Amino acid sequence: MDMPVSAYEGPLPVPDPESTPFWEGLRAHRLMLQRCASSGDYLFPPVTFCPGSLERPEWVEASGRGTVFSWIVVRHPVPRDIYADKVPYVVALVTLDEGCRMTANIVGCAPEDVRAGMPVEIVYNPVTPTITLPAFRPTGG
Amino acid sequence: MYKLRDKYAIVGIGNTEYSKESGRTVRSLASEACLKAIADAGLKVSDVDGIISFNFNDSAPAIGVATELGIENAGYAVDYAAGGNGANLITLAAAAAIEAGLAETVVCFRAMNGRSGFRLGGGRDMSAYGVTQYTAPLGWITYPQAMAMWARRHMIDYGTGPEHWVEIATTFRDNATRNPRAMQRKPMSRDDYFNARPIVDPFRMFDICLESDGACAVVITSAERARDLPHKPVYIMGGAYGGGPSQGDDLFDAIRWPSHSHNCFKYLADDLWRSAGIGPQDVDVAQIYDCFTYSVVMALEGLGFCKEGEGGPFVMDGRIRRDGALPLNTAGGLLSEAYIHGFNHVLEAVEQLRGDAGERQIEGAEICLTTAGAMTCGSAMILRN
Repeated sequence: MDMPVSAYEGPLPVPDPESTPFWEGLRAHRLMLQRCASSGDYLFPPVTFCPGSLERPEWVEASGRGTVFSWIVVRHPVPRDIYADKVPYVVALVTLDEGCRMTANIVGCAPEDVRAGMPVEIVYNPVTPTITLPAFRPTGG
Repeated sequence: MYKLRDKYAIVGIGNTEYSKESGRTVRSLASEACLKAIADAGLKVSDVDGIISFNFNDSAPAIGVATELGIENAGYAVDYAAGGNGANLITLAAAAAIEAGLAETVVCFRAMNGRSGFRLGGGRDMSAYGVTQYTAPLGWITYPQAMAMWARRHMIDYGTGPEHWVEIATTFRDNATRNPRAMQRKPMSRDDYFNARPIVDPFRMFDICLESDGACAVVITSAERARDLPHKPVYIMGGAYGGGPSQGDDLFDAIRWPSHSHNCFKYLADDLWRSAGIGPQDVDVAQIYDCFTYSVVMALEGLGFCKEGEGGPFVMDGRIRRDGALPLNTAGGLLSEAYIHGFNHVLEAVEQLRGDAGERQIEGAEICLTTAGAMTCGSAMILRN
C-alpha cells in the first residue's frame, strides 16, 4: 500500500554503499534485509561484514511483518517548522518476524492505540521520486 | 579493570556560572573553569602538563584551551570523542596517563554553550547519513526522543513510570534549592510535574534535563603529590568505562542492543566494584547521570543497588532524598542544577567528600559514586576522602 504523497520537508536519507539496496528495495516496495548465510541471522542496520568475520551478508526480501518492541509519541515538534503540523506522530522499534529490529513510523492507528507486541505490517511512504520511507500499520488495518 | 586504586586524586575543582546564555566563547568558559581548578589545587599553570576533554556536539579543543591557559608543555592534550559517557572516562584517563608517565598533573574539563549554542534538546544536526539515515527521516531527532524509546520499554517490562519518575524529579529539585549554582531553584511539586506539558511520550517536561552554558574542570595528580596540596585529597578508588555488545554508532543506534530495559551499567558494574574493592552497600552518596529521570532508575539497577525491574519502587519512600539511605544528586543534578554533560556531578562529588558542600552537605559522606551515560556506553567512578 502506498501512503499519500505530500510535500516532504524532513531530513532525507543519504544512501551509502551499505544501504543502497535497502533504499532501492523500499522504492520498489520491497523490504530488503541482510542475512548472514552461515548463522542465518538477519541484520539491521546494514553493514559490510557479518559480526566477527569477513563474511559478506546477502540481501534477501523480508516478510514486512513484525511486532512493536517499543515506541514514542512525539508531541512537542522539533524542529517546529518541519513537524508542527505532524505531531502527534509515532516512532517505533519493530521486531521483524525475521528476528532483527528495525526503525519506522507507525501509521494507521491513533497514537494512544499502539501497544507493545502489536502485530504490524509494512507500508511504503514515498517522500520523493527516489526515497521511500518505511512505516508500519496494524496488521489487517 | 582499572588497577590504580587510591593512587591518584582530584585536588582541584573549578566551574563557571551555569546559564542559558553565557555570551562568551566555549574556549573562554573552559579556560575560566580550568584556571579556577588549578588555583583551587594550590598549583600554578606551569605545574600542569596534561589537559583532557570530551567533545560531543560542542566544545573547545584541549590544545586551544592549553594555549589560552599558557601551559608551556601540554604533553598529553587529548579530546575524547565522547558524550554523556565521558565525564568519568576522562578523569580515569588522566590517572592512566599519569601512571604511564605521559604527564604529572592533568586538568580535565567539559565546556559547552549547550543552550545558547548547540542545543542538545532543541534539535541536532538534521543530516541523515550513517545510522541517522534510518532515524532522522522518521522525525526521530532529539535526545528526549531517543531516550523515551528506552523508558517506554522499561515501562512495558516492569511497570516503571511517572509515579516513580516524579519522585526523582522533585527530589533533585529540592536538592537544587540548597545550591546557589543551580539554574532551577524554584520548588517543584508533584502537581507541577504532572501538569507540565508532554514533550515526547512517555516523557513530560520535567523528565528531561536542562540545557546549559558553562564549564567544569578538575585537576588530577598522584596521591603523593596530593598530600602536599591545600585541600583534603579526593582519591579515585575505582572506575569503569564501557558497555555491552552492539553499542552502535551513536545514541540512536541502540537498534541491536540486547534489551532496552537495561543499559551499559549492567555490563560495567562488576569491574567498577572490584576495582574499588567495595560494593553498593558501601556508598554514602551518589551522583547519577540524570539526563532523564528514568536513567537514574536504570543506573541503580545496572550497578546492583537493586535488581533489574525494581528501580522504580527503589527510589520511592524517601530513600534517595538527602535524609534517606542513599542520597542522590545532592546538587540538583542535570535535571535541576545544570547540564554540563555530567561533569558537574564530579564537582559535587568532590565537594561532598571534602565536606565543603555547605547547605547540601551529607554528614559523614566518605564514599561517593559518580556515573556518566544512560544508554549503551557509560563510565563510573568511586571516589573517597
